Amino acid sequence: MKFSNSWLREWVNPELTTQELADQITMAGLEVDGVEKVAGDFSGVVVGEIVGCEQHPDADKLRVCKVAGHPEGEMQVVCGAPNARTGIKIPFALVGAKLPGDFKIKKAKLRGVESFGMLCAQTELELGEDNDGIWELPEDAPTGTDLRAYLQLDDETLEVDLTPNRSDCLGVAGIAREVGVLNRCAVQGPEIAPVPQQINESLPVSLLAESACPRYVGRVIRNIDIKAQTPLWMQERLRRSGLRSIDPVVDVTNYVLLELGQPMHAFDLEKLSGGIKVRMAEHGEELTLLDGQEVKLQEGTLVIADEEKPLAMAGIMGGLDSSVTKGTQHIFLESAFFSPLAIAGKARSYGLHTDSSHRFERGVDYHLQEKAVERATQLLLDIVGGEVGPVHVRELTETMPAERHITLRRARVEQGLGIQLADDELVDILTRLGLEKIDQNDEGWTFLAPSFRFDIAIEADLLEELARVYGYNRIPSESFTAELEIAPRPESTIAQDDLEQTLLSRGYYEAITFSFIDSDSAALFDPEADPVALQNPISAELAVMRTTLLPGLCKALQYNLNRQQNRVRLFETGLRFVPGVELHQEPMIAGLAYGNRFLENWTGSKDSVDFYDVKADVEALLTRTGVASEFRFIAAQHPALHPGQTAKIMRGDREVGVIGALHPQLQKKLDLSKPAFVFELSLEAIGEGKAPAFRPLSKFPEVRRDLALLIDADVPAASLVETATETAGETLTGVKIFDVYQGKGIDLNRKSVALGLTFQHSSRTLNDEEINAAVDAVVGKLEEKYNASLR
Amino acid sequence: MQDLQSLTEQAMELVEKADGLAALDLVRVDYLGKKGQLTALLKSLGKLSAEERPAAGAKINEAKQQVQEKINARRTMLEQAAINAKLAEETIDVTLPGRGEEQGNAHPITRTLKRVEDFFAGIGFSVEKGPEVEQDYYNFEALNIPAHHPARAMHDTFYVDPTTVLRTHTSSVQIRTMEKESPPLRIICPGRVYRCDSDVTHSPMFHQVEGLVIGENISFAHLKGTIDQFLRAFFEAEVPVRFRPSYFPFTEPSAEADIQCTACGGEGCRVCSGTGWLEILGCGMVHPNVFAACDIDSEKYSGFAFGIGIERLAMLRYGVNDLRLFFDNDLRFLKQF
Repeated sequence: MKFSNSWLREWVNPELTTQELADQITMAGLEVDGVEKVAGDFSGVVVGEIVGCEQHPDADKLRVCKVAGHPEGEMQVVCGAPNARTGIKIPFALVGAKLPGDFKIKKAKLRGVESFGMLCAQTELELGEDNDGIWELPEDAPTGTDLRAYLQLDDETLEVDLTPNRSDCLGVAGIAREVGVLNRCAVQGPEIAPVPQQINESLPVSLLAESACPRYVGRVIRNIDIKAQTPLWMQERLRRSGLRSIDPVVDVTNYVLLELGQPMHAFDLEKLSGGIKVRMAEHGEELTLLDGQEVKLQEGTLVIADEEKPLAMAGIMGGLDSSVTKGTQHIFLESAFFSPLAIAGKARSYGLHTDSSHRFERGVDYHLQEKAVERATQLLLDIVGGEVGPVHVRELTETMPAERHITLRRARVEQGLGIQLADDELVDILTRLGLEKIDQNDEGWTFLAPSFRFDIAIEADLLEELARVYGYNRIPSESFTAELEIAPRPESTIAQDDLEQTLLSRGYYEAITFSFIDSDSAALFDPEADPVALQNPISAELAVMRTTLLPGLCKALQYNLNRQQNRVRLFETGLRFVPGVELHQEPMIAGLAYGNRFLENWTGSKDSVDFYDVKADVEALLTRTGVASEFRFIAAQHPALHPGQTAKIMRGDREVGVIGALHPQLQKKLDLSKPAFVFELSLEAIGEGKAPAFRPLSKFPEVRRDLALLIDADVPAASLVETATETAGETLTGVKIFDVYQGKGIDLNRKSVALGLTFQHSSRTLNDEEINAAVDAVVGKLEEKYNASLR
Repeated sequence: MQDLQSLTEQAMELVEKADGLAALDLVRVDYLGKKGQLTALLKSLGKLSAEERPAAGAKINEAKQQVQEKINARRTMLEQAAINAKLAEETIDVTLPGRGEEQGNAHPITRTLKRVEDFFAGIGFSVEKGPEVEQDYYNFEALNIPAHHPARAMHDTFYVDPTTVLRTHTSSVQIRTMEKESPPLRIICPGRVYRCDSDVTHSPMFHQVEGLVIGENISFAHLKGTIDQFLRAFFEAEVPVRFRPSYFPFTEPSAEADIQCTACGGEGCRVCSGTGWLEILGCGMVHPNVFAACDIDSEKYSGFAFGIGIERLAMLRYGVNDLRLFFDNDLRFLKQF
C-alpha cells in the first residue's frame, strides 16, 4: 500500500513529522518500506502560459514562445518540445530556477535567439514518467503560481508493506484509523452524503453463488461525459500511490479503492444484456480480460455475467467487451463483497494478481459497499456529470459473514502479555480499533469485531491488538522458569558431532550442497532410482531430490579444481531421499578425497590418495562406534564406482554404506585428471554403538608368531584374518597383516600375505607347545580352505 | 724414584693429549692397568727394604691416584664434548612446518547452528529433527495455514505432489513434536528448509532453527526475555533489540525481532538499508489453533515459538557478504572458519 502523506493528513493529523509517523506505524506492525519525496528538488518553477509561439528562424525543431507567469511580465523562451503551442499552461522554470540534479536555469542564447527560462517535461522535474514533451497543466491552473504550491509537492509517499492479515489497511481510511488509535486522536474522512437519485433505473441482480458473493451493490449512471479530464489533484494522488490516470471513470474507481479499500468496477451499460448474474463459471466458458488476455474459465471461478455470458472475473479483473471505453455514455457501477475463500488462490491459478484480487483475497469490509458507491458517485458527478439511478443493494443475509463476538478475560491479558492494563485504557484501545463493547462482567468483556477486521476472531487476537497498540517494546523482558529434568542420553548413541569431528581432524572440510540436483547427475550416480522430482523446480539444475550425497560432493570438487584447489577433502551430512513404497529420508555422511595423499610439504611424498587412505578415514568413523569389528568391507559393484576398487560396507547382514574410486568413465565425464575416492554411510547405522566395557589386562607375556603365506591372488586378505581368528583359539589376541607381496619370485596367480599372530593368556604364561599347536591349526585350516602354503 | 716422577709426568701429558675416549682408555691401560707402567713400579717395591717400602708404595699410589683423577676429569670433559657434538649434529630447523594432515573446518552454517543449539541446550532445550519432504498438513494445515491462505504466497513452496512439499520452515517439526510429546516442552528444531526463490539475497535452500517453549503461564514477556538474551549472547554485545508486530498464521501475537545494525551501530548504512536496524527473526505466542491441532489445551498451556534464519546470522556474525558463498563450497571460503 502506497499513499501520500498529505492524503493521510487530510484524514488524521497527529503532531508528528513524516518520519516519526512512519516509525510509529512500523512499530505498530504496518512496516513502512520507504518514505520518498513525491517530486525532485526544484525551485523557481511557476505555472506558465504560452501566449505566443513562433518558429525559430534558424532551427526547425525549436520554437520561440512568449510565456506569461513571470512576476515581471511575459518572457521569451526557446523551446524544443513538439507540443509547445499557444494557449497551453506548462511548468515554467524562470531564470534563477534550480531543477533536480542541481541544474541552474540561466539566461541563454539558442541559435541566436535569447531565451529566459525553460519549459519543463514531467521527467525534468522528477514528477512523472511522461517525457514526450512539455507537461500540459490543466487550463484552470493559475498562471504565475509557484508549481510546488499549486501541486502540493512538498509531500512524501509512504510505502507500507502490509502483512496478509491487515487487509483493513489497504486503503487510506484504514491507515488513518490506525494512526488515530496510536495517537488517540480524531480521524475525519471526507463527508460522504448520499447522492439523490435522478432517474429511476436499476439493473436486476441475481446472486447465485451463495456465500461466495452474499452482497452486491450496483448503480446506473446515464449520460456521463467520458471525455472530461480527471482533476489534477486526483491524478496526483493516484500517481503518488503508484497508479496512472486512465480515464475519469477508472480513475474514480481506483481512487475509491485506494481511499476506502473497496475494489469497484464500472461496466458500459450499453454492452450488458439483461440483468447481472453473480455465479460460478460453467464448463467451457471463455472471457477476454481487460488486459486483452483470453482465458478459458475454470469451473468454480466466480464470474459476473449478464443473461448471455460472463462479463468479468469477479473480484479479479473485468472483461474487455463490457469495459468502459472512450465512447461510453452510460455506466453500471459495481461494489460487491466477494468472500476471501471464493477469490483466494483463483487469481494465481490464472497467473493474475490485481489490486482487486489482492484485497478480496485478504478480506474487504462487508459493510462498505454502499458507502463506496456513494463516494464514487459523488466524485464522478463532479467530473463527468450524469444522471444517477438508485443504489441497488442485493444481499443474501444468511450467507453473509457471521458476526464475531469475542470474550476477553482480564486475567488473560496479564497471563499472556505479562502486563497490567487499566480497564479504561484497554476498552479505549479496542473501541478506537473499531470493536464494539457489547457486554461486561467481573471477569472481562465481550466485544463485537468490526466487519473490516478479518483477522480478529478470538481472544488471542485481542491480546495482539492490545500489545501492538500498547507497544511491544513497553512489555517487559523476563526469563521464564521451568522444571528441569535430566534427559536420557544413551552412551551407545554416537553423536553426529563426534563423527564430524573425526573427519575434520583427518583433514576434511565440511560442505553443504543442495538437496536437489539435476536429473542427469542423479542418473549417473544412481541409474536405477527414480528420484523424487519437484513439480516446480527453480531450474533443471535443481530438479530432483538426491538419492545419494555423492553428486553434490563431486560438483563441489569440480568447483574447487576450477579454482586451482588441487587437493580436496570434503564431507557432507544430510538427508538422501530414497523413493520406494514410502519415501525414505535417510541421514547420511559422505566424503570425497582427491589429489595428493599428503598436504604439500617439504617432507612428504607426492603420491596420490588411494583407496586405503580413504578406507582408513571410514575405519576411523567406524571406530567411533566402539564396535568396529561388527563392520565388514566386501568387494562390490556400484554403477558410479570402479568395478575393482569398490566395497560395500556391511554391519551384520545390513548394507550400511559404500566406498570406492569413481568409475574411470565417470571420472572422465567429470573432467577429473586423477581418480577421486568417495564414501557414503548411513548415519543411523554408524550412530548405534556400544558403551565401552573393560577387559582386565593380562600380567603375562604376549607371544608373537609371524606367518608368510602364499595364497591365490584373488583370495581376500580379510578371509585369512577371519579364518585365523576362528581357528587359533581363545589365546589369540590379535591378527595383523604386516606385508602383502605379489610379483617377482612368486607364481603369477599367487600372492604372499604375512600375518602376525599375537597370543596371550589371562592367567599364566603360554608354553611353546600350546602356541605351536595353535599356529599349526591356523596353517592347516588356511591350507584346507584357501590352498595356502607357508613361504 | 726418578722413574716415578717422569712416568707420572708422561702419563699426565698423554691424558691431556688424549682426544677421544678410546685414546684415553689406552693411556689408562698403559699406565694404570694390570700391566701398566705405574702398576709395574709397585711390583718393583719388593726390591726395597722393609723400611723404605711403605713410603715408596704410598708415593706410587699417590701418583696413580693423581693420574686416575686426571683421567676421570678428562673423560668427563670428553664425554660432554661427545654429547655436545651429537646435539649439534641433531639440531634441526624448528621453523619448518610440521608434518601430517591439516585440521579441517566445520561449515560456517554448521558452526552457527551449533552455537545456537548450545545456547538453548544450556537452558534445557532438546534438539528435534524432522523430514524435509513434508506433508502439507505439517508444513501448513496444522500451523493454521489452510489451502489458499494468502500467507502461502509468502512461502514460495516447492511441491513434490499436491499434498507433499519441501518444508518451507522447520516449524513443521513443532507439530510433530507436540503430537508425540506432552507439555511442558522446550525444543529447538534445526535444519534445511526450501523456498522457490533464487537471487542475490535468496537461496532455494537455507537453514532455520525453530524454537518452541510450552508451559503453564508462558507469556509474551518470556518470549521477549528469551530472544533478547539469545541475541545478546550470540552477538556477544549489548545490542539493542526491538520487537515489531508482525504476522505469522501460527502465532498470535506475532513479532519480528530486530537488532540495532551491527555494521553501523544504528546510524543507518548499506547493510541495514539505512534503517539502523536488522531484521533477525520472527516469533510469537503459539496460536490456539495450533494447540488445537495438536490436542493441547490452550486454556492450560501457553507457549512461544521463534524461527531464526541461520544464513543471516552467519552473514552478520562473520561478515559474509554473499549468500551464495555458503553453497559453493569453495575451499578458500571453508578454510576461513
